[in-house]
Amino acid sequence: MNKHQTINKEPKYINPYLGGVLLGLLVLVTVLITGRGLGASGAIKSTVVTTAHVFTPEQAESNAYMKKFISDDHSPMYTWLVFETIGIFLGGLLSGIVFGRVKKLRTEHSPRITSKTRLIFALIGGMLFGIGSQFGRGCTSGAALSGTATFALGGAVVMFAIFGTGYAVAYFFRKLWI
Amino acid sequence: MCPLIPNGIIGTGWDFVIALILGIAFGFILEASGFSSSRNIVGVFYGYNFVVLRVFFTALIVAMVGLLYFSYFGWLDLSKIFILPTYLTPMIVGGVIMGIGFIMGGFCPGTSFTAVAIGKLDGIVFTIGLYLGIFVFSETFPLFGDFYSSGDLGNMTITEAFGIPASWVALAFTVVALAAFWGTMLIEKRVRKNMTEYKF
Repeated sequence: MNKHQTINKEPKYINPYLGGVLLGLLVLVTVLITGRGLGASGAIKSTVVTTAHVFTPEQAESNAYMKKFISDDHSPMYTWLVFETIGIFLGGLLSGIVFGRVKKLRTEHSPRITSKTRLIFALIGGMLFGIGSQFGRGCTSGAALSGTATFALGGAVVMFAIFGTGYAVAYFFRKLWI
Repeated sequence: MCPLIPNGIIGTGWDFVIALILGIAFGFILEASGFSSSRNIVGVFYGYNFVVLRVFFTALIVAMVGLLYFSYFGWLDLSKIFILPTYLTPMIVGGVIMGIGFIMGGFCPGTSFTAVAIGKLDGIVFTIGLYLGIFVFSETFPLFGDFYSSGDLGNMTITEAFGIPASWVALAFTVVALAAFWGTMLIEKRVRKNMTEYKF
């Protein structure tokens, strides 16, 4: 009973098709203005390169991958995707405030696993997503959504690979979720 | 006329202001759709919540068809938009790694940022994971640098790869999306009936 009450008090999410239309129009407007789509993983890459460059400048400059993103005239943080990602955080916060979902720190997990298990898998999952996004030239936002929407072959490849693999391995991780 | 910034209609000085505004809209839509919750997101793989499929596919076909209309009316020069380059094998491998990360972590990068914004510890830990993953990738890059840049097909579009006109590609995605919306609605109803741990 108590559980039902708390669930009933949970604020509703918007209709998914409305969310989809809004997101599609946003991708469209983004391409119409900037000539390219949205992204997310790129900002973390910029942060990695920036911190490495600040703490161990010589190593960062000699790193075969990081040196591609280091230039003399501006910091790797001074890029489009970093500002857009600050926006993602602010927009998420704004929606959370509007719908009453901003609360103190908590971990969401299936009742069948502990918070600790959830956090360990969140860390591993994040690491894998980070590594995969570098091979994929983008994540779900930049490659799968914006890439496919602009008819890029690579975008569709990444989209089918992510979701196809998700379905293929879902069975083995079912205890984490259901 | 469009894209506005590459065509010099909006000055590049506005780049970061526009980035911030578009990002805010992006984050708001993701959070409002329920993507700040990993259990909502992962539902797409277990059949109890297809919100990811609905939002993603709707967004995809709206953006695709919208771009084609703007191009058709001559308002958008499609040759001036960025086409993500295709590196075939690395992108398949990357997608597979991301797929496993998706199931284990329950977020993708964009959605994890909105989870951080509303105070989800699992979102924060996932984001730290992203940072560590990309750091590990950079440090070990020499080991697989050749593989990383293999299979380079350039800025290839689906249209060029398969010889199908863009309008037919958009139509195919639309038909598949509509069929998926209908099919998953039926699946979701059946799965939810048998689930007790997860309330909606």
